[in-house]
Amino acid sequence: MNAPILNRRKFTKGLGGIVLAFSLGPSELLAQGAPQPQLPGSLNNNRMLDAWIRIASNGSATVFTGKVELGQGILTALSQIAAEELDLPLSRVKMISGDTGQTPNEGQTAGSQSIENSGTALRLAGAEVRAILLELAEKRLGVTPDKMTVNDGMISGPDGRYVSYGLLASTANLKREATAKVPPKLPADYKIVGKSIPRHDIPAKVTGGAAFVQDMRPLGMLHGRVVRPPRYGSTLVSVDDAAVKVTPGVVAVVRDGSFLGVIAEREEIAVGAREALAKNAKWNLGPELPDPDRIFEHLKSLPSRDQVIGVKEGMLLAGGRMFQSTYTRPYTAHASIGPSCALAEFRDGKLSVWTHSQGVFPLRAELAKALKMPAASIHCIHVEGSGCYGHNGADDVALDAALLARATPGKPVRLQWMRDDEFAWEPYGPAMAMQVKAALDPEGRIYNWQYELWSNSHSTRPESTSGTNVLAAWYLAEPQQMGPPTSPPQPAGGGDRNAIPLYDFANQKVTHHFVQDMPIRASALRTLGAYANVFTIESFMDELANAIAADPIAFRLAHLKDARARAVIEKAAAMANWKPGQQGDGSRGRGIGFARYKNLQTYVAVVATVEVDRATGRVRVPQVWAATDAGLVINPDGLTNQIEGGIIQSTSWTLYEEVQFDKSGILSRDWSRYPILTMPDVPKVTVELLNRQNERPLGAGEASQGPTAAAIANAFAHATGKRIRSLPMNAQQVKISLR
Amino acid sequence: MATNLKVNGQTRRTTAKPDTPLLYVLRNDLQLNGAKFGCGLAQCGACTVLLNGKAIRSCQTPISTIGNGEITTIEGIGSLATPHPVQQAFIEEQAAQCGYCTNGMIMAAKDLLDRNLRPSETDVREALAGNLCRCGTHNRIVRAVLRAAKVMGRT
Repeated sequence: MNAPILNRRKFTKGLGGIVLAFSLGPSELLAQGAPQPQLPGSLNNNRMLDAWIRIASNGSATVFTGKVELGQGILTALSQIAAEELDLPLSRVKMISGDTGQTPNEGQTAGSQSIENSGTALRLAGAEVRAILLELAEKRLGVTPDKMTVNDGMISGPDGRYVSYGLLASTANLKREATAKVPPKLPADYKIVGKSIPRHDIPAKVTGGAAFVQDMRPLGMLHGRVVRPPRYGSTLVSVDDAAVKVTPGVVAVVRDGSFLGVIAEREEIAVGAREALAKNAKWNLGPELPDPDRIFEHLKSLPSRDQVIGVKEGMLLAGGRMFQSTYTRPYTAHASIGPSCALAEFRDGKLSVWTHSQGVFPLRAELAKALKMPAASIHCIHVEGSGCYGHNGADDVALDAALLARATPGKPVRLQWMRDDEFAWEPYGPAMAMQVKAALDPEGRIYNWQYELWSNSHSTRPESTSGTNVLAAWYLAEPQQMGPPTSPPQPAGGGDRNAIPLYDFANQKVTHHFVQDMPIRASALRTLGAYANVFTIESFMDELANAIAADPIAFRLAHLKDARARAVIEKAAAMANWKPGQQGDGSRGRGIGFARYKNLQTYVAVVATVEVDRATGRVRVPQVWAATDAGLVINPDGLTNQIEGGIIQSTSWTLYEEVQFDKSGILSRDWSRYPILTMPDVPKVTVELLNRQNERPLGAGEASQGPTAAAIANAFAHATGKRIRSLPMNAQQVKISLR
Repeated sequence: MATNLKVNGQTRRTTAKPDTPLLYVLRNDLQLNGAKFGCGLAQCGACTVLLNGKAIRSCQTPISTIGNGEITTIEGIGSLATPHPVQQAFIEEQAAQCGYCTNGMIMAAKDLLDRNLRPSETDVREALAGNLCRCGTHNRIVRAVLRAAKVMGRT
């Protein structure tokens, strides 16, 4: 949980920086009684100041974070927070991220939590480090810190004397626990936070700079490829590798049980050898996959652990009108543009892995188990890869690369998965079924809401459970097992993320049927269950509004007290020039979707328009408007980019995406069997940010996807009078619904 | 057997086999990072380079088919110090998230703008239809290409 940010206004003006001068509130006094007081954000688990910030003798700062760049712009945003509190220019703040040898352990970079957790830590650590430097300046400047001003790392007294951070750096003791008691700046005083600072990483990415782990090529590097089985759970009976082994340029064929890979001097030779090995490998096939046409019945038939959440018990009425609908979403792939990649090297019994994993510390723990090595002998270093959008092949390919590199000690091995490795073996966002019933009273208010969902786990990441959660470990000669699947608890939730409506219903019950058996590999895809739950809740809200001929926006507002929620809905409606009573014309319509991500992060309301080609079944989304409240905004353009990107990705999920499979295995092995939205069909997107400077910053990277899906589905229903409840809204579904 | 390739105005020699896809030679032998492996199937566009000014998929282009053709990669059109107007426009529009598709987008846009300095928005979207982006930065990319067109049209 995030502790509130200390507010400087609580403290007497002029005391800024003198730790002992602050009075403690009751909760803080209570915390002090415990052996370790609770610290806000990621400070709690990484308590030393110098774990976060170090000041060099040239006056510049090195800032450490366990969160990693995934293309979401987090390192730029975090550098803004640190530079702001330190009163340093951005050019003198160097970021080091995601390195088991150097940075704090902040687990996974996931769940839209980096600004909240790492940002909070850096904000408070930055304020405290600045205060320590000002205290040290007291002797030299002869005045107390409240009389000092700081500009670009230069501390000045009222008489014009000054001293630099660099001069004080050697005497500043940052090897101490953070107290989190130095109040950070007031938002009104921000000079760097709140500005659209251009991303640090983009110039290299547009000029062919070395930007990705795929671009690493240390001296003597070899190239690896792996040969995966035809389907899950298959075992390798035999492989005739005689011809491959004598192919010029092939260094080694590596087999460990049913794990099979090849190392070569050149990449194309490794690719060719992979094909040759695949042709000459004999497999005992694993169990058949379920029938895709009955996948939801199948999932519902499996044993589940049922969790009842969000219960409200108020007055029940007799004789209300009851409504019921069932919705589904299919398996959805992360479908990164670049297949996963890692570089691994064994040297003197130690393993180094360069990886685009979302969590270098959890990955290290899995590698230690899979390779039976002490974690202390493994060094994982984050280097960017293609965008991941959750748990894709990043961790798996790191183990693959390590297994190959173990065969060639002293020689680094770079392994990039081929397209079909990524599509067929990544853990998908799981298929889900949702059923919702509601009752309306005579005034048209919802007085009873009963919601059920069926889903596999949305988190089979490294360290998300016991066991070994990396692919190749399950196929070794001594196979290791994945631990029993788990689901993150409420309020964040897993499959049940955003399953509890933010609306005010007198009676309410949400049942999460957490299905344990996983016929198809699944894990965290951006938003976890929120995408499907928001799609369902918001679709059903429109169904209910429609049943009583109410305007969808007025109907929502009538059930919603949260002022910030109301504000984004009203804003989105205004942006879209929403007119109550407007009718769809059979092929064109508009719809709204709203959610507060996890019910505790960013608020987003989306209005979308659709155009339906009734002959072809093709749906286009010409325009989307989104109003966003993410609290205090660190980098407006960065936030806008995340909201826009989420809308466009969700438009693609909603209109097209579905992992194809049959009993024999996964059929979506390239882009022809997994089409996504392309440039001509991308909607125009208009985003407005409701900047609330005095509210804490909220995670936003996953906030717009659910509302977008619902807005599109509602727009389709508005256009055609027919509702699609099974995603995706592809031509087949559209034609069925229009029949 | 060695093959000579004209890359970014220089003749480069490689001993890779003739059927080797150009992409691997560019990335591994010539250490040019720009072109990316995305699918190996000419479906996604991440590996796009120019051959005699036309956008091609280097993952599906064996080096034996290139002959005397002039290959231009993203490194050949501009640099950090002197970016091409398209590269500059991508920076100004912050037209990326992860940036993995960016090479292909820029090279396909260069191909378009070399033929048509006054593209409509639809022209840009059509020209980039074969380049996949997963982060959802399409509209920023379109804005960047239109911005670059204006700049290039002035000079």
